[in-house]
Amino acid sequence: MDVIRAIEQEQMRSDLPDFRVGDTVRVHVKVVEGSNERIQVFEGIVLRRMGSGLREYFTVRKVSQGVGVERTFPVHSPRIAAVEVVRQGRVRRARLYYLRERHGKAARIKERRRS
Amino acid sequence: MMAKGILGKKLGMTQIFNADGFLIPVTVIEAGPCTVVQKKTEDTDSYNAVQLGFGDKRERLFTKPLKGHFAKANVKPKRYLKEIRFEPNEDFAKLNVGDEVRVDIFSEGEKVDVTGKSKGKGFQGSIKRHGQGRGPMSHGSKYHRRVGSLGSIDPARVFKGRKLPGRMGGDRRTIQNLEVVKVDVDRNLLLVKGAVPGPKGSLVIVRNAVKG
Repeated sequence: MDVIRAIEQEQMRSDLPDFRVGDTVRVHVKVVEGSNERIQVFEGIVLRRMGSGLREYFTVRKVSQGVGVERTFPVHSPRIAAVEVVRQGRVRRARLYYLRERHGKAARIKERRRS
Repeated sequence: MMAKGILGKKLGMTQIFNADGFLIPVTVIEAGPCTVVQKKTEDTDSYNAVQLGFGDKRERLFTKPLKGHFAKANVKPKRYLKEIRFEPNEDFAKLNVGDEVRVDIFSEGEKVDVTGKSKGKGFQGSIKRHGQGRGPMSHGSKYHRRVGSLGSIDPARVFKGRKLPGRMGGDRRTIQNLEVVKVDVDRNLLLVKGAVPGPKGSLVIVRNAVKG
């Protein structure tokens, strides 16, 4: 079992900043178009973080042209170029599914004071 | 196509990211190092094969005949002994008794066949064992998970090979054309794409793909 843990450990990345559920983040995703690669930014609220170790995922939700868009990324994926924390949010639960039913002002999240 | 093979221990499964960033399911196999214990040739045994030894076992658990067999080859007694057959004029024909076979015989991207003994499931019904369907669970039906028809009544017997409940699993199975994702020579590891028969810790034989 330790060998498997070691293999997973090797692939985990530690360069990403700590971000929590409720934070607003900008995810820089590497996108392959034909032969060239470019970076696309996806900005939104972190809805959830699920799984652990190498298999940890996070979901980011944003509202684009009135339509809610959610994208799930593996935390340790090499396709993620960078993650920026734009704003830290104060939330009281681990899964923010309630945001899906809210729009505009109701979907706001209070800012967390940096301690 | 060259015949080659190695014995290994299945350590379990995990996932790894490939160069494109896709997650690939892999089975981790601790393969080798194996020692050649005996070499069979056409002159002496009417076929060509190398007998590989792999894994350790306490010395006193070996029987006297087996100890003699290992002493003849002048190698430390090994837990498992399996033969890998080859055709003359291949690389494996150059191996001699006492030589070591390591994972470096395989390279990344190669296709391999992996043989193992599947997990024992015990006595199972025909639904799990043969994938048959079941009857309705409600609406007055009393026919749920039993076997169906046993055939026509005219022969007055059941033909051989009828799919019925019985022991499932624990069979020798070979999965063909699995891709070698990574070879780790330092740790004697072989990462193979997909699942491999058997529980963790069981013996597997990794050979180059027959249909590769």
